Amino acid sequence: MSELEPASSRVLSREEFPQLFEALGESGYEIVGPTVRDGAIVYDRLRSVDDLPIGWTDRQEAGRYRLEPRGDRALFGYNVGPFTWKKFLFPARERLWTATRDGVSFRVEPEPTEGPRLALLGMRACELAGLAVTDKVFTGGPVSDPGYRARRARILRIAVQCGQAGGTCFCVSMGTGPAVRGGADLVLTELLAPGPHRFLLQASTEAGADVLRCLRGAGRAPSPDDLGQAEATVARAAGSMHRSLDPGGVPELLRETLEHPRWEIVAARCLSCTNCTMVCPTCFCSTHEEVPDLEGTKVERWRRWDSCFNLGFTELHGAPVRKSGLSRYRQWLTHKLGTWHDQFGMSGCIGCGRCITWCPVGIDLTEEIAVLRTPAPPAGKEGKP
Amino acid sequence: MTAAPDPEVVRAIGEHPLFRGLDAAFVHAVAEQATERRFAVDERLATEGTPAEVFYLVTDGKVALEIGSADQPHLTVETVGAGEVLGWSWLVPPHRWRFDARAVKATRTLVLQGEVVRRTLAHHPTWGYLFLVRFMPVLADRLENTRVQLLDLHAR
Amino acid sequence: MLAEPPPEPADPADEGHPFAPIPYAVRAVAAETPDTVTLTVEPRGSRRIGPPQPGQFVMLYAFGIGESPIGVAGTGPDGLLVHTVRNVGRVTAALTRLTPGDTVGVRGPYGHGWPVAEARDRDIVVVAGGLGLPPLRPAIYRLLQQREAYGRLEIVYGARTPKDLVYYEEIQGWRRRRDLRLQVTVDAAGREWYGDVGVVTTRLPDARFEPSRTTAFVCGPEIMMRLTAQALVARGVAPEATWVSMERNMKCAIGLCGHCQYGPSFVCRDGPVLPYSSLAKLLPLREL
Repeated sequence: MSELEPASSRVLSREEFPQLFEALGESGYEIVGPTVRDGAIVYDRLRSVDDLPIGWTDRQEAGRYRLEPRGDRALFGYNVGPFTWKKFLFPARERLWTATRDGVSFRVEPEPTEGPRLALLGMRACELAGLAVTDKVFTGGPVSDPGYRARRARILRIAVQCGQAGGTCFCVSMGTGPAVRGGADLVLTELLAPGPHRFLLQASTEAGADVLRCLRGAGRAPSPDDLGQAEATVARAAGSMHRSLDPGGVPELLRETLEHPRWEIVAARCLSCTNCTMVCPTCFCSTHEEVPDLEGTKVERWRRWDSCFNLGFTELHGAPVRKSGLSRYRQWLTHKLGTWHDQFGMSGCIGCGRCITWCPVGIDLTEEIAVLRTPAPPAGKEGKP
Repeated sequence: MTAAPDPEVVRAIGEHPLFRGLDAAFVHAVAEQATERRFAVDERLATEGTPAEVFYLVTDGKVALEIGSADQPHLTVETVGAGEVLGWSWLVPPHRWRFDARAVKATRTLVLQGEVVRRTLAHHPTWGYLFLVRFMPVLADRLENTRVQLLDLHAR
Repeated sequence: MLAEPPPEPADPADEGHPFAPIPYAVRAVAAETPDTVTLTVEPRGSRRIGPPQPGQFVMLYAFGIGESPIGVAGTGPDGLLVHTVRNVGRVTAALTRLTPGDTVGVRGPYGHGWPVAEARDRDIVVVAGGLGLPPLRPAIYRLLQQREAYGRLEIVYGARTPKDLVYYEEIQGWRRRRDLRLQVTVDAAGREWYGDVGVVTTRLPDARFEPSRTTAFVCGPEIMMRLTAQALVARGVAPEATWVSMERNMKCAIGLCGHCQYGPSFVCRDGPVLPYSSLAKLLPLREL
């Protein structure tokens, strides 16, 4: 979307910013976005700008997440929390159909797929890449997921460009951020000092431009200074990123290292808690559950998130195929960074760092890949630690 | 008491996969006292625990190797057919059959004397080595097949 | 690299919801072994699944219990389907308890089956272990329907004991045919059995085929398939022409739930039938 009318970008002052919420409401969207709850920044329904994590940031390291006051009044001065946008498209629990006994037979009613139009406010560049991944998973194959498809068609993507790197971020190395390069309807950049607190809004689709039109002239057209400061903001975020994962050759590396001794070392730390899969924006595994009523006349089929770390995940004829923690961690990592390419033509990792932050023992996949890149010691020559 | 072996038997032994292509003089030597023998269905070729004085080259038919005991029905653990060898107890002390063998089809065999073959192998180590290179895979295959059977793949 | 929103969804009623089972009536139940039955089912209403290809599978649904992936063992007119089910869990326990007139849910058919058409003019070796025979049965009949289009047809079937052989009467019929060679072997047998005893690979040396122009279809327990494929390849059959049918836990059967992954493959979608050439390095790995 390179050729856009002048109304396709606006600068709103902090005082004018609530008008974006009004414009979204007027355009028929319910707003979901970041808010502070239980000591973390999560994504939930927002009633007003006041629900945003004003003045908060998140300090993250491997196995560690803390909210801290920033010392300013930034609305988007954090990175990513334990929630992902995935839950609005692929809910953690979802009814697929209801079946009712009908004489000797039964009738199946698929779950209706109607629902609200959602404005996802605050999508980071990496999360847009994550959306592209789940789009491919759920709608890019021979059979599309009806629920995902319906919800996906109803969202408005409002990206926020990062002004700082989180402690576990590595999007620069993965080529997914922090600058938003596409995949959003509206791109927002929060401009703090120098100058007054303000927001640059740039529409990149017709749906995004429609929302800006609803602003009815609020704010002003961006100046070269605004645009320059936005670029500097993103560049600062990129420059402050310390972690990296060179994705080059990783699928081949993982194909050749399935029996590397490192797996045993990482498996000895891994608790198989499933946290990494629950916080990952692209993990898509699910299970189906049959929920019958007590009379046996009505049954609901539910789908809920599952994890390749669960022992029952691979159960075959009464026993799991992947019994050991080693095999389950290996499956997760080799899938995320390796076989995902075979399946979907892209990496399953978007460099958000959530799996590092939320791992209770601080396992860091960027470190694991670095170690796998070092040649394995010859078998039998070196003791295991 | 060495009788000249029946030329037909010598020829048949030389054509069996175990001996095919080996030195004619060697085949002639091991064929000493060898005979051809046919077994009717259910006829016994070997009985567990009895001296294993001979072994069989099966040329046609089928033989079941069975394990039995007083409180269990006979269990067939393997069948041996045309082109295969039945028996290695003749080579391994104390030279007693480790299983029962019973024809389950009309079966033709060549019966070789264990003592003759052992003596030939001992006197001609080069022939002996070449023979054992042929014979070991028979044992190795049986061992591997037994291992796979032990896995009981079809149990749930 | 970022995708634009996909188009509006089609009405799920149009081509059926991908997770909704279609009711089928159980027409016949035949006991194969003490824990295995063959179900013949037909659509209850006008809706039915598309025509399954040999080697494809369906999700069979027991009302109120759940679904299990089951290979298609046969098809007939009017959407009739044949499935051989062994009781190995909650769902299959319910499926093996069905009686004629009961209803079972079906969705599918799923996956890639045996490349029967691609194997024209070649010798075919079919190797089945235990309940690996049912998913091969439609391939065998497809080959027999167009018998003159293929070279030799060798079938080797191994089971645990004579009591575990399925389709017993049918196999006697195959034995009498002159356009195929059948070998049946069991792992162990009593005195009543006058057939071969030994694992299925022991019968391969007696199978007659020209390796360089042979396509093999192998189905059975994973180790049996691996040993069989190794033996066939050692004899000269191309790994690309040696096909095996993999089995993994499945929930969705359409590549969305992640359960059936085996290396790069979704067994449900890319398999279940896969060439040995793509599996040779993976099959010896533990817990993959």
